[in-house]
Amino acid sequence: MATTAEGFDAHHDQGHDAHDHADHKPGFFARWFMSTNHKDIGTMYLIFAIIAGIVGGAISGIMRVELAEPGIQYLQWWAQFMGGANDLNTALHMWNVFITAHGLIMVFFMVMPAMIGGFGNWFVPLMIGAPDMAFPRMNNVSFWLTVAGFFSLLFSLFVPGGTGPGAGTGWTVYAPLSTSGSVGPAVDFAIFSLHLAGAGSILGATNFITTIFNMRAPGMTLHKMPLFVWSVLVTAFLLLLALPVLAAAITMLLTDRNFGTTFFNPAGGGDPVLYQHLFWFFGHPEVYIMILPGFGMISQIIATFSKKPVFGYLGMAYAMVAIGVVGFIVWAHHMYTVGLDVNTKMYFTAATMVIAVPTGVKIFSWIATMWGGSLSFKSPMVWSMGFIFLFTVGGVTGVVLANGGIDDNLHDTYYVVAHFHYVLSMGAVFSMFAGFYYWFPKMSGRMHSELLSHIHFWTFFVGVNVIFFPQHFLGMQGMPRRYPDYPEAYTFWHEVSTYGYYIMAGSMIFFFVNIAYALLAGKKAAANPWGEGATTLEWTLPSPPPYHQFETLPVITDAHDYHDHRPVTA
Amino acid sequence: MATLPPVTDDAARRNLRTGLMAFAGALAMLGLGYASVPLYRLFCQVTGFGGTTMTATETDAARAASLATGQKISVRFDGSSAMGMPWTFRATQATDTVTIGERDIATYTARNDSDQTITGMATFNVTPEQAGKYFNKIQCFCFTEQTLAPGQEVTMPVLYFVDPAMLDDPNMAGVEQITLSYTFHRAEDPVNPDATRTN
Repeated sequence: MATTAEGFDAHHDQGHDAHDHADHKPGFFARWFMSTNHKDIGTMYLIFAIIAGIVGGAISGIMRVELAEPGIQYLQWWAQFMGGANDLNTALHMWNVFITAHGLIMVFFMVMPAMIGGFGNWFVPLMIGAPDMAFPRMNNVSFWLTVAGFFSLLFSLFVPGGTGPGAGTGWTVYAPLSTSGSVGPAVDFAIFSLHLAGAGSILGATNFITTIFNMRAPGMTLHKMPLFVWSVLVTAFLLLLALPVLAAAITMLLTDRNFGTTFFNPAGGGDPVLYQHLFWFFGHPEVYIMILPGFGMISQIIATFSKKPVFGYLGMAYAMVAIGVVGFIVWAHHMYTVGLDVNTKMYFTAATMVIAVPTGVKIFSWIATMWGGSLSFKSPMVWSMGFIFLFTVGGVTGVVLANGGIDDNLHDTYYVVAHFHYVLSMGAVFSMFAGFYYWFPKMSGRMHSELLSHIHFWTFFVGVNVIFFPQHFLGMQGMPRRYPDYPEAYTFWHEVSTYGYYIMAGSMIFFFVNIAYALLAGKKAAANPWGEGATTLEWTLPSPPPYHQFETLPVITDAHDYHDHRPVTA
Repeated sequence: MATLPPVTDDAARRNLRTGLMAFAGALAMLGLGYASVPLYRLFCQVTGFGGTTMTATETDAARAASLATGQKISVRFDGSSAMGMPWTFRATQATDTVTIGERDIATYTARNDSDQTITGMATFNVTPEQAGKYFNKIQCFCFTEQTLAPGQEVTMPVLYFVDPAMLDDPNMAGVEQITLSYTFHRAEDPVNPDATRTN
C-alpha cells in the first residue's frame, strides 16, 4: 500500500475487475490505523478535529459560565475536580489552565487539523487530479503525531503545573511565566504537545508542497489550479517556514526549564522579550495558516453557487501569496507594549495595515463574483456569505488594533478577544462549516438536510455574535483578558455574552443531528449534487469517490480555463 | 479497462527531491530560530535597541568630550536585587546632573547579607529606551562577575558619558532625564547549576 501503483498491482493480481479494485478497501485495522489513503486520513482528521472542537468548546463553556457574573463561582470546584487544592490561588490557576487549553486545542487540534489535515487531504489530490498524496505513509505519520500531541496536552492537565494541576501559561507560553513561573511537568507536557503537533504539521506541509508541485494532472498549470489548492499551497509554505521557529523557541524554553540554559533568563544574559519575538514570528503567520484554507474554500463555494468563475482569479491567488509574504514581517504588532520605540511601532503599524490591501482584494472579489451571478442559497453558500460579513467585521477591528498608539490602550483587553474571535471563531469556523456542508455529500455519499443546516447557520450566527460583539464594549471599557473576575460595572455585557454561548451551544445540536440524519437516512448524493456551478474535478467522481481515483489521469486541455475542469465532451 | 499510471522511479525521485528541498527549508528555519539568539544580542548591542547601553573606549570618551557644548542632563541611578539574591544593592546617589559629552563617575554599594560567599552578575538598561545608544560606559562593575564574602560590602564605580550626538536626534527631544538601572542576579554557579534555579 506504499503507493497507489503498488496497491494497484497487488489488486490487479487478484483479478478484480476495474471497478472493484479501485474500490477495494483493506480490513478495519489496516484501513484506519495504518492508513495511507488521503481520503481516509482526511476523514480521520475531520473526526479528530470535531472531537477536539467539542473539548475546546466545552472548556470555553466553563469559562463563559464562570464569567456570567462577578466573583469566583465555579473555579474552586473545578480546581478540586482536577485534583488541586481547595484554595483561591489554585482556583485562579485553573482559570489560566482553561484559557491555555482552550487556545491550544482550538488552534492546533481543531482549526489546523480540520482545514489542512481534513479538507486539504481530502480535496487537494482530488482537485488537482492526483491519485493520492506524494508521500502517503508520511501522511499517516502526520496524523498520528497530531493525535499524540493532543494526548500530551490532555495529559498535562492532570500533572502539577506550579500553583495547581495543568499548564497555566496562555497559548503563547511566555517566559518567565512558563519557565521559572511554572514548576512541575505540566508545562513540559504542553510544550511537548506543541513539538508533536508541529512536527506533524511540518511533515504535512512538505507532503502538500510536493503533491501540488509534482502531481498535478497533465495540463493543470499553476494558473489553472483551483483556489482552494492555491490556498493550501501558500498555507503549506507558511507552515514550513514558521513552525520550525516555534520549535526552536519552545525547545529553548524546555532547556531553560530543565537544563539550566538562560536563553530567556536575564540573570544569565538572556532576554524574555526575545521569546516573544520568536513566538510571534511564528504566531502571526499561524493566524494566516488558520484562515487561508478558509479563503480557498470560500472562493470555491461562492463560485459554485453564483454559477460563475471567481472574479479576478489571478488577483485572488496572488493576494493569498501576498498575505503570506507580508504576514512574516508584521509580528511585533502583537508586542506593542514591550517597550518598542516609536519608529519600530510606526513600521509595524504601516506593514500591518498593508495586509488590509490583499485582504480587501479578496473580500471585494468574492462580492464581485456574486454580483450578477445566478445565486442559489444552499447551506454552503449561506455559511460563506456569513463568513464574508463576519470576517470583514473582524478585519476592521484588526485595522484598529494595528495602530501602535491605539493598541497601548486596547492591548490585552476584551477588544482583542473580540477581534480574534471574529476572524477565527467566526471567520475560520464559518468557512469550515461552509466547506463541511459543501463537501459532506462528496465525502459521505449522503445528502444532509438543508433545513437543519440553515437552522444551524442562523442560530449559530446569532449565538456567536451575541457572544463576541459585546466583548468589544467590555474591552473598550477596560475589561482585561485572561481574568475570571471583574468589577460589577462589566456584569451586563458579560451576562449577555454568556447567553450567546448558550445559543451557540444549542445550535451545535442541529449540526450533530444533521450529520446523524444524513448518515442514517440521508438521500444518496449524486456525483455532483450542486449543479452546473460545481466544475472542479472532485465533482466528476462518484460520491463518495472510489477508494483509488483517477486511474486514468484527467487531462486539462487548452479548452479548459481556471474555472471549469470538467471533461470536454460533446 | 482503466489502468493506473505506474509510479515510475522518475516520478518517485522527483517527489523525493521536492520533499527533501521543502524539508531542508524547514531545517534552515529551525537554524534561523537558534541563530536569532546571538543575532538579537548583536542587534541590541549595535543599535541600543530596548535600552541596551553602549560600551566605549577612552578614545570615544575623548572624542565625545571635544564635542561637549556645555548642555546638561539629569541622570537617575537605580539599583535592585533579583528575587533570591540576598544582597543589598543601591546607588550611592539618586541623581546627578552631568554635562553632555563629559565623563562622570557614579558609585553603587553592594553588601552580601547572607552567610555564604555569593557571586553576582548585574544586568542593566536605561530608560527612555531610545537613550540606550547614547549612554556610553567606559568602565562598569557590570562588565564582570562580582564575588562578595558573607557580610562584605563594596563600593563599585561606573565611568560613563552621554554622547552629544543625542542632541541631534529628534527622538531624544524633550528627554531631560535618563535613568540607568541595574539588577544584581546570582551568577550561574558552575559547580551546581541547580542552585540558581530555586528562585
